[in-house]
Amino acid sequence: MDTSEDILQQASPDLVRGSGTARAAKAARLSPSFVSWLQAGPMMLVFLAFFLIPLVFVVIVSFWDYNEYQLLPAFSGRGYTDTFEGCIAQLPDLCTIAKTYLKTLKLCFLVWAITLFIGFWVAYFLAFHVKSRTWQMGLSLLCTIPFWTSNVIRMIAWIPLLGRNGLVNSGLVKTGAINQPLEWLLFSEFSVVLALVHLFTFFMVVPIFNSMVRIDKSLIEAAYDAGAAGFQTLVNVIIPLAKPGIVIGSIFVITIVMGDFITIGVMGGQQIAAAGKIIETRVNALQFPAAAANAVILLVITFLIITMMSRIVDIKKEL
Amino acid sequence: MKEGRPRSFYVLAIFFAAYTLFLYGPMIAIYVLSFQGPQGGLTFPMNGVSTFWIAKLFQGTGIVDLGAAFRRSLLLGIIVMIVTVVLSVAAGMAFRRKFKAQSILFYSAIASLIVPSIITSLGISLEFRIIDDLIKAHWNENFETSMGLLTSGLGAHLTWTLPFGLLIMFAIFNRFDPRLEEAARDLGATPWQAFRHVVLPIILPSVIGIGLFGFTLSWDELARSSQAIGAVNTLPLDLQGLTTTVTNPDIYALGTIISAVSFAVITLALGTIHMLNKRQAAKGSDAGKGLV
Repeated sequence: MDTSEDILQQASPDLVRGSGTARAAKAARLSPSFVSWLQAGPMMLVFLAFFLIPLVFVVIVSFWDYNEYQLLPAFSGRGYTDTFEGCIAQLPDLCTIAKTYLKTLKLCFLVWAITLFIGFWVAYFLAFHVKSRTWQMGLSLLCTIPFWTSNVIRMIAWIPLLGRNGLVNSGLVKTGAINQPLEWLLFSEFSVVLALVHLFTFFMVVPIFNSMVRIDKSLIEAAYDAGAAGFQTLVNVIIPLAKPGIVIGSIFVITIVMGDFITIGVMGGQQIAAAGKIIETRVNALQFPAAAANAVILLVITFLIITMMSRIVDIKKEL
Repeated sequence: MKEGRPRSFYVLAIFFAAYTLFLYGPMIAIYVLSFQGPQGGLTFPMNGVSTFWIAKLFQGTGIVDLGAAFRRSLLLGIIVMIVTVVLSVAAGMAFRRKFKAQSILFYSAIASLIVPSIITSLGISLEFRIIDDLIKAHWNENFETSMGLLTSGLGAHLTWTLPFGLLIMFAIFNRFDPRLEEAARDLGATPWQAFRHVVLPIILPSVIGIGLFGFTLSWDELARSSQAIGAVNTLPLDLQGLTTTVTNPDIYALGTIISAVSFAVITLALGTIHMLNKRQAAKGSDAGKGLV
């Protein structure tokens, strides 16, 4: 592993302690583009080894054959045919994979809509109503700190509140609102959506807040002077200018929920099928090509969603 | 002149407070519940107050070796943190000039951030399985596996932490005044000296922020570790395993311990950042001090 000294020594030709002439000679030899390569190269290598090549393997292995316990490196479409089994035969009924994706998309849409609503107003409050820099920093930090703590713990944290004998149920029973504890509070779609919103609203707040603080306040004053009502300013000035943040936040939330299997597993009591969960199940059954085929499908769908959304905004320009 | 706050301020302030309560309330509930009495269960009300479950955790519950998992997670987190800081700062410096493959690196980082974790994790596990098979077939029949905490596990965590590191570096250099560096150069500083004595002191608070992200994201990482960590488990993986089997408050106790480490790291990092900022504000920039 490289240490910072190593990289920077390589990167900064003049670091070499020695006579000025040696330094000058060395500096002359190392062109700026070579230095850039030394600086950016290590990170590129990590992405190559642990992200790009693995993705290629996912695609390759999705076309391999398999038996009960191992991979067979021979071309086969079995990973895909197994996945789409019954999709044509069962028409007009939906096959398992189609149902699973529909359910995942539904969860995704719900979580997206709720996180967008909460994220937008939290960011709006921070950006436009909190005037002091210190307060703005402090409150943003308050929203960020949970992001640095464990997701599993934040999921488990709902159990004492939503369980059969949890706070919510015992409270409702005590007040006489219900006779029986509500069963759908925990290990249900409701708890999955709740936990996903709880975990990932952060990804909406940050980019939207970033777009909003960049909005020139005089634009809002101008809208006000021109006679726009608060609502008109919101719709015609603030939302269009915050759009990049909204799109980036949406991409984050949608891709996370599309691939999620942990929150859906833990909060759904391992009973709810989802796109990410299929991959996990296949891996646990050692059916790697089928897992890979599902990963490719998920990747394609996620990619389509992102392309659609990035049509709306140029991500690179916004960072 | 001071205007009264509009009504929307109060509505949104209440909304924000509710959101904060929603964020922290459940977490606080389990921290409290981990101090259940020995007879206590998974939910309120508290059945006495004790450190019984936390103590039990340290004795070893017998289900998993939490001490070992704790040390593994800590080791991995620290290594991920160091590598993330070093590679992000280096790459961030590179992005200040144009270079070939700039957009390839940029899009790799963004893609790594948004491709679902399970796919990256599966890919890494396939990659290492295929490497293992090759080694077994060509070199050493008795070879076990190249997958492990510090090979595939480290790689998996880096695909998650490096994009954050790089994006933070972008944010830093967006508001960095390059004239400071030019001034240093004009005064005869070598590029390394300009970096070491001018750039680094100025960006140091944010670099600590990158370290904070590096450690905490690794310490809590789950989805990418799931397929790529090899035979051993990290602490969050053990915790996730416990969610389906355990019916005692010791799961909360474990959660509290893991969070305590997170909070210790967050406090340490934020404290250091605050101190550095204050020092910078008090003394002006101490850039160049090393050259005096």
